[in-house]
Amino acid sequence: MRGLEAVIQVRRSASFQLDLSLQITPGKTFALLGPNGSGKSTTVSVLAGLLALDHGRISLDGTTLDDPDRGVFVPPEVRRIGVVFQDYLLFPHLSVIENVAFGLRSRQVGHAGSLARAAGWIERLGLTGFSDRKPASLSGGQAQRVALARALIIEPELLLLDEPLSALDVTTRIELRRHLAEHLESFAGPRLVITHDPTEAFLLADEIHIIENGRIVQAGTPDDIRLRPRTRYVADLAGSNLVRGVAGGGVIETTGHSLHIADRSVEGPVLATIRPSAITVHLREPEGSPRNTWKTSIDLIEHLGDRVRLRITAPLPLTAEITELATRSLELTEGAHVWVSIKATEIGVEPV
Amino acid sequence: MNDKPRRRSERRPAPVLVTLGGLGLLIFVVPLLGLLARIPWTRLPELLSGEVVTDALRLSLVTSLAATSIAAMLGVPLAWLLARADFPGRAIVRGLVTLPLVLPPVVGGAALLFALGRRGVVGEPLNQATGLVLPFSTLGVVVATTFVAMPFLVITVEGALRNLDQRYEGAAATLGAGRWTVLRRVTLPMIAPSLVAGLVLTWARALGEFGATITFAGNLQGRTQTLPLAVFVALESDRDTAVAVSLVMVVVSLVVLVALRDRWWKAL
Amino acid sequence: MNRLVFGKLVTLAFFPIGVAGCIGTTSTEVLVSAAASLSDAFGDLESAFETANPGFDVVVNLGSSSSLREQILEGAPVDVFASANTSNMDQVWAGGETAGEPATFALNLLQIAVPAGNPAGITGLRDFANEELLIGLCAEEVPCGDFGRQALANAGVTAAIDTNEPDVRALLTKIEAGELDAGITYVTDVLSAGGAVAGVVIPDDVNVVAAYPIVTLTSAPNPDGAAAFVAFVLSEPGQAILASYGFTSP
Repeated sequence: MRGLEAVIQVRRSASFQLDLSLQITPGKTFALLGPNGSGKSTTVSVLAGLLALDHGRISLDGTTLDDPDRGVFVPPEVRRIGVVFQDYLLFPHLSVIENVAFGLRSRQVGHAGSLARAAGWIERLGLTGFSDRKPASLSGGQAQRVALARALIIEPELLLLDEPLSALDVTTRIELRRHLAEHLESFAGPRLVITHDPTEAFLLADEIHIIENGRIVQAGTPDDIRLRPRTRYVADLAGSNLVRGVAGGGVIETTGHSLHIADRSVEGPVLATIRPSAITVHLREPEGSPRNTWKTSIDLIEHLGDRVRLRITAPLPLTAEITELATRSLELTEGAHVWVSIKATEIGVEPV
Repeated sequence: MNDKPRRRSERRPAPVLVTLGGLGLLIFVVPLLGLLARIPWTRLPELLSGEVVTDALRLSLVTSLAATSIAAMLGVPLAWLLARADFPGRAIVRGLVTLPLVLPPVVGGAALLFALGRRGVVGEPLNQATGLVLPFSTLGVVVATTFVAMPFLVITVEGALRNLDQRYEGAAATLGAGRWTVLRRVTLPMIAPSLVAGLVLTWARALGEFGATITFAGNLQGRTQTLPLAVFVALESDRDTAVAVSLVMVVVSLVVLVALRDRWWKAL
Repeated sequence: MNRLVFGKLVTLAFFPIGVAGCIGTTSTEVLVSAAASLSDAFGDLESAFETANPGFDVVVNLGSSSSLREQILEGAPVDVFASANTSNMDQVWAGGETAGEPATFALNLLQIAVPAGNPAGITGLRDFANEELLIGLCAEEVPCGDFGRQALANAGVTAAIDTNEPDVRALLTKIEAGELDAGITYVTDVLSAGGAVAGVVIPDDVNVVAAYPIVTLTSAPNPDGAAAFVAFVLSEPGQAILASYGFTSP
């Protein structure tokens, strides 16, 4: 199985050209991460067949879906691609079970059979009892799950999720992210998640592709992206510190270190986010300092324009960001010993 | 004082609105009252069972329903083309479609006569080839009423298709639905309220048509004399019958329109 | 929109209403309701009368005698009524609307009207029984329709009618266009249509004579003008005009 191989070139307007390539092997989840307007939705449309390529080639498991130079274009209804759209696009005039069964009915499966299969998927996604409800009466989280069931039931060869969680409130998002990760894992083919949320990309994807103005600016594992952002843009977008640990009583325990946080009530496995610019760097132990202060050393200095990124090592590897000016005035060099300090309130905490 | 200040949504509407709106309502109600005042209630059963009335009622119902069906079968595809297909001269086509709305119906009837009459541009060859004569026939009534009523259907459906979020049709395609299936299971059901409203408007217009019918199809009891024509003719000689037939038209129309209640307003 | 614009729009809305309300009658106007078959003749009578009486402005309201009758009975502000038959005039008289005795001012005979060239080869009333032909009459409630049916009855013909037109003009228009093969109209109508319509004579023994009465009305807004006009119609110049259109003097 060769998964998805796509070389995409599409001109959307006089000023915007989408030009990228993706190879997703079966069993892997890729994330396409970028801000709104960067070309993410166009990528979904092109892969789904709702938009045609200007140049390039799209093939799935060896079958060519779109090849303008050879005059090949497979229409969307023939491609076996499951799409979860950004607004879910559940058919408002059909009930939940009819929505889920829609893809089966269209592929000439019998009516009774398709409803039975749909009922199975409804249960699998924890929506038992919602079969006869109309989409308008569903919450965001429920609608998302119906959309997922609707896409999975047709046993597609590629799964495309366009901003699957962005329409949800924070609590629902965290809960559904967990379920989504499970469903993605159990889907055998290649999967592509489109998102503008770095945390989502880091938690769901095996590989992240950063898209800016229609082009991929960096691709790699989440750690690659996070630790070695190649451009300011990538750094701002994704180069944040993510630390996994266990929280309790206002402290997060990670391997080798404890971080004090502001929220005393959160408990259990968490993901802590620390913006590089929230880490202050000092040559001597700072006085009157926040609880999170420790001695470490710099093992890498990267200059990115007028900012400087410092990679610090044990006990907790993090990336700090300070100005060029500060770097020079502190006469920082690689290998130098420094003190770092982080305010408890600057540490973002999210349960996982 | 028990009065607590009422929330905006609970307050009664402003007096100016009530007054003006009430006057507006009178414009509709007063002629109706005038009609009701003249009804010879005791003679009503006798008047309504006369052949003139039953013939006219039968003709009106048959022709208006036929016109509505034709308008639907031809109008929906036309609306689809106007809303979705990009072809040169689309604005002109849309203008042509709305022409019957602006033309006085008698002018429309005259135009139909010039085109489809026995000596008409299309009618003459048609007559010589098939022997078909449209004027002075029931089919002629259907043609005339379709001409004046179909624009309502095309405009309503075109509007609905334009306002429809086409992404739903895209979603259906990714789920395996071919173009015909998308139309049948997604597009048409999603515009159903507007479609129904359009059909009702079309039917109502067809039912009430007078000028084009009498000019193109003529006036003959049992063959082309629909309810409006019967009223017009009766008004000259037998006012009681005219009033009775008018009442029939009002009742038939009100029954249908009230039965649809709020549903068709939402669609419009 | 801001207050100023809203105020202007409201004022603008009242304007057409005001104008419409101002369109009314003047004291020099004489409103004459005349049967459709009199349209051409009365056009000439109007100009001739106005030339002789510059103080008056005649406005001719044409329609079928029955609808004109209805308008008068419902209170329309008409000065003179010229009907195409006596029965409509009788009803106006019964309604108390006539000021004085109606006078017969013209006579008219019926004639079969056919399209120019008589394509269907109509020779007489007997052809009206032919189902294959497209035959039109005026509606029964209209004088020419009533008389037409009388003539057919006199000739013992059961006609296969295809349409009952609301008035003579509508019937003529369809005959002229060739959409009807034949119809029964007045002699004057066939004449007025010139070459577009041909006439087939109805023998005198079955024909019906239409007597046209004229009267001033009690609720006439301009009784002097009304009386003057009626007098003119009955005078020699008036009768000459009528004769030129095919009417006969009573």
